[in-house]
Amino acid sequence: MVICARTGAAGVHRHGRFPQKRRGCELANLLANIFGKSPVKPLEKHVGIAFRCTKQLNGFFRAVVAGKWDKAAEIRDAIAALEHEADDLKKEIRMHLPKSLFMPVPRQDLLELLLVQDKMANRTKDVSGVVMGRKLQIPKPIAKEFLTFVSRNVDAAKQARKSVRELDELFATGFRGAEVSMVESLIDELDKIETETDDLQASLRGSLFEIEDTLDPVTVIFLYQVIELTGEIADMAERVGRRLELLLSH
Amino acid sequence: MEEQVVYVVLAAIFGVFMAWGIGANDVANAMATSVGAKALTIRQAIFVAATFEFLGAVLAGGEVTSTIRKGIIDASLLSGTPETLIYGMLASLLAAGTWLLVASRNGWPVSTTHSIVGAIVGFAAVGVGIDAVHWGKVGTIVMSWVVSPLMAGFIAYLVFQSVQVLILRREDPLARAKRYVPVYIFLAAFTITLMTILKGLKHVGLTISVANAYLLATSIALLISLIGAFAIRRIEPDPKLEKKQHFYSVERVFAVLMIVTACSMAFAHGSNDVANAIGPLAAVIGIARTGLVGATSTIPIWVLALGGGGIVVGLATYGRRVIATVGHKITQLTPSRGFAAELAAATTIVIASGTGIPVSTTHTLVGAVLGVGLARGIEAIDLRVVGRIFVSWVVTIPAGALLAIVFFYVFKATLP
Repeated sequence: MVICARTGAAGVHRHGRFPQKRRGCELANLLANIFGKSPVKPLEKHVGIAFRCTKQLNGFFRAVVAGKWDKAAEIRDAIAALEHEADDLKKEIRMHLPKSLFMPVPRQDLLELLLVQDKMANRTKDVSGVVMGRKLQIPKPIAKEFLTFVSRNVDAAKQARKSVRELDELFATGFRGAEVSMVESLIDELDKIETETDDLQASLRGSLFEIEDTLDPVTVIFLYQVIELTGEIADMAERVGRRLELLLSH
Repeated sequence: MEEQVVYVVLAAIFGVFMAWGIGANDVANAMATSVGAKALTIRQAIFVAATFEFLGAVLAGGEVTSTIRKGIIDASLLSGTPETLIYGMLASLLAAGTWLLVASRNGWPVSTTHSIVGAIVGFAAVGVGIDAVHWGKVGTIVMSWVVSPLMAGFIAYLVFQSVQVLILRREDPLARAKRYVPVYIFLAAFTITLMTILKGLKHVGLTISVANAYLLATSIALLISLIGAFAIRRIEPDPKLEKKQHFYSVERVFAVLMIVTACSMAFAHGSNDVANAIGPLAAVIGIARTGLVGATSTIPIWVLALGGGGIVVGLATYGRRVIATVGHKITQLTPSRGFAAELAAATTIVIASGTGIPVSTTHTLVGAVLGVGLARGIEAIDLRVVGRIFVSWVVTIPAGALLAIVFFYVFKATLP
């Protein structure tokens, strides 16, 4: 019984042969090896990045409305970087969730939660891409209403983050009891915000319809598309809530 | 007389080496849980482990030592040739030690208990004859290797479920933890103390009636529980840290409980695993002193103390590093989970010790952790480890046996 030089674990280390696998040190780590890498904190971190990404949209559209395209381009880069960061973390979480993992909730449900979280960031990137690519002007008459709509979508993403951040407490209580009702109320609030964005979206479309004759037809088509894509951020946030609810029902 | 001294010295060297290995390796698994949960610092863990491993070995290690010494082999077949048993026991110690060395070189999670039992069965079946093995007893032991992780898992499941229902899922977990944790402390202290008094103490020459045993265990457990309750009362919620981690203060209450279960775990481990090292040694000493096989004399206390001492030295020299490594990796096991696993494993192991059955501490603890996991207590458990445990079983027993047979014939040919 010799002690592993590298980790201090008992066992003889085969120097040089499989340094990264630390084969020789497993004996003492039988207990340590039962524990898989928990996806809980990484999932919370991921939703945080996704929210930070969507949050950029407020500043982005303010810059667009003001016609500050340099500033908008800068924020657009930040959005792309955050979306990329979320993507990398998503891949890493997936990699550490092998089928042999036994968790209090089904692995598949966690993976799908991760997927919708990631889509909040994806939609953000898509919206900013369309606007940036065409230097799409938001018409003055609907600018204020548009910014409200965007910020309400960002609020939905924020509420999604707040709900997912309860995941560690849910795991701590085995998805039962007082904590569950707490999360349910958070999801109710999320649903409320999402409904609000739907209403805002409808009235924004109405306002755009009223002025569309004064605008270039191609621009109008893309404006509708931008409204659509932005609205999907709240949809994705709502789906985060649905996924969380599924976890609660186990 | 001359060669008797050689035998005893050889057996003592091999035995202490085994004890050292157990201290360096196995104890880490028993203590790392508490260190990982941050209930104890490494320094405190070493102190607890050293004290309670030693106490466990001396106070409650007798039954399992007897089993290893004379429960597996039918010694009456050897009354004409006592040196056969001496060679066999020396060979078993060396075989188990060698196998553990080979296994750790290759990173196989094998158990000290399985190695030594395999080795003794091997030398007896081949070196003496198939009939020399108490197959019934061996069957019981092997069954216990299946039953002990299952039982620990079941107890851990129940204990953690009760924690969820009584404390964690409530609106006021901190107040509830303060109310119920002293009860858990009482339960932990009571179980271990009672089993020790009922089953273990006769090896130290103390006999206590059953009624008195219950009375004594209750008083000791009450005392420990009161001390615990006092410590818990002083825990105040820390709103700043609470914000970062919701159950921060609740876990601090459980950390007090975990100090008690860590002591139980070290005690349980000492009571069961010391036998792996000194059971064969005790057999050799018994024969060397009396010249008779199957002498009924009890195991001298100094032999148990030697084993306990070996474990403590192994712990102090290398065990602390292993504790640090393993403890660092099992942070998912917070005090509210860790205590349930430790309580379940320690109870199971002490019951096994009381009935003289050698079980694997690590496997029992793994079973207990899985039990907590089934109660939805652990975020992610990698089930591949369970498969590896089964493979290590299938390999260890024949490997230990084979090596023991080889060493047995070598000793027979070379020793006087």
